[in-house]
Amino acid sequence: MHIFRNIVFVAALVGLAAGLVLTVLQQFGTEPLIVKAEVIEKANAAKAEAAPHEHAAGHDHGAGEEWEPADGAERFGWTVVANVVSGVGFALLLVAASELKGGLKSWREGLLWGLAGFAVFTLAPSVGLPPEAPGVEGAPLMDRQIWWIATAVATAIGLALIAYGRSPLTALAAIVLIVAPHIVGAPQPAEAPAIPHDLEHGFVVAVIVTGFLFWATIGTLAGVLRGRFADA
Amino acid sequence: MSNVSSAPTSAAALAPARALPIVFAALLGVVLIAGSGFASTPALHNAAHDQRHAIGFPCH
Repeated sequence: MHIFRNIVFVAALVGLAAGLVLTVLQQFGTEPLIVKAEVIEKANAAKAEAAPHEHAAGHDHGAGEEWEPADGAERFGWTVVANVVSGVGFALLLVAASELKGGLKSWREGLLWGLAGFAVFTLAPSVGLPPEAPGVEGAPLMDRQIWWIATAVATAIGLALIAYGRSPLTALAAIVLIVAPHIVGAPQPAEAPAIPHDLEHGFVVAVIVTGFLFWATIGTLAGVLRGRFADA
Repeated sequence: MSNVSSAPTSAAALAPARALPIVFAALLGVVLIAGSGFASTPALHNAAHDQRHAIGFPCH
């Protein structure tokens, strides 16, 4: 019980801090682009509705009946909550995985684990499924989610085999595992994005850079805090 | 002299008593990420919408 409690405690602190840092970064990085893209998205949806056609209103944000946070403080508040929940979730994975290897010994070791998290959960999935601003219509959601998760899992196992495997063959298998999802290929959309290219591109850059800082924060803080509660 | 060399530290680090709580902690992390990033319940999706886009989770 000690170990579980310690992991959860460290991850909760780390996730809370990283979620707040991420929120600040998003205000400069991704949020302005989301707002800009949504203006275009809504204009396109209105156009599609005006001219009744088979695929009106691209993606339905709940078709108007579902609850959604009001713009402003409420929307911002839920984004903060979601950032913190994701931060704690990712921190739990990072701290738990590193405990299997005996626990983080320093902030630098934590930072290296953070880089691995960045590679697994930001970089690898973004290669096949570049982060999409609202209005970029993707392939069916379920297909993309499955590919995203499978790619993250394959990359994580691959990196672990490279770091902790003993034989060259293991390393070779790891490399194949990391490349495999990209050979299979991510589900691709049928249509070109409905937002300008520079906005689409800018969003990809913003998500990956904020993701890097987010993971660097998680890893470094986990390395610092784990030492304070180490006895498990 | 006979069995002194058993249980090297790395093996001890992965004893079931230690591995199990670690796995449960990781599962808790998976549950949180599933909720914030993947659940399709409209209210959850709408609440987490901006975050899903901004972290790069597949969204609508």
